Amino acid sequence: MNVVYFAWVRERIGLPQETVETDAATVKDLISELSAREDRYAAAFADTSALRVALDQELADFDAPLNGVREVAFFPPMTGG
Amino acid sequence: MTVRVQSDPFDAGAELNSFAQDRTDIGAVVSFTGVVRDTKGDLQEMLIEHYPGMTQSAITKIADEAVQRWALADVLVIHRYGPLKPGEPIMMVATVSAHRAASFEAADFLMDYLKSRAPFWKKEVTAEGAAWVDAKDTDEDALKRW
Repeated sequence: MNVVYFAWVRERIGLPQETVETDAATVKDLISELSAREDRYAAAFADTSALRVALDQELADFDAPLNGVREVAFFPPMTGG
Repeated sequence: MTVRVQSDPFDAGAELNSFAQDRTDIGAVVSFTGVVRDTKGDLQEMLIEHYPGMTQSAITKIADEAVQRWALADVLVIHRYGPLKPGEPIMMVATVSAHRAASFEAADFLMDYLKSRAPFWKKEVTAEGAAWVDAKDTDEDALKRW
């Protein structure tokens, strides 16, 4: 699946998007998998209360299933307006 | 309904006039324009990042909800991204309706939701460096009143 990052999440991880091969069942599982990869991921995902997630461009919860999802986006709380 | 996401500047006055002109079915036009504010007098630039795949649909969803909840004749939302200078308009919303209450309330609702549910992130650049603008708890709390 395609995983995209925005704002400081993108800066901490050091790339805007990547293709991830995963069997993670939920967003939480994917976060655990990515965090175990490298310190920069662990740093970006350290505090999930400071993060939001969207699945196929719709806001979702961290326990949402990833079954059939093509794009996962991680970003900080939005500051539009 | 018109939703535009763009990097180009816009003229809020001209946009509002063309949005509301030639309508005889409305009695109220309300608009809000958000402007880049230099809080401490040292802002060089505000960088606005967005999620291209999601921005248009997220704003349209918010505007759809406003149309369902209030008797609006039309809604306009323009939101910019990219580098902006202090004093430049960031975004605007406009609502038109038969009576003013619907337009005022819907514009207020749109602003609260655009602030916390439209995928934009602001970064302030000063001589000291660049820093992301944190979302405020009060922004999230503001959604509860709707």
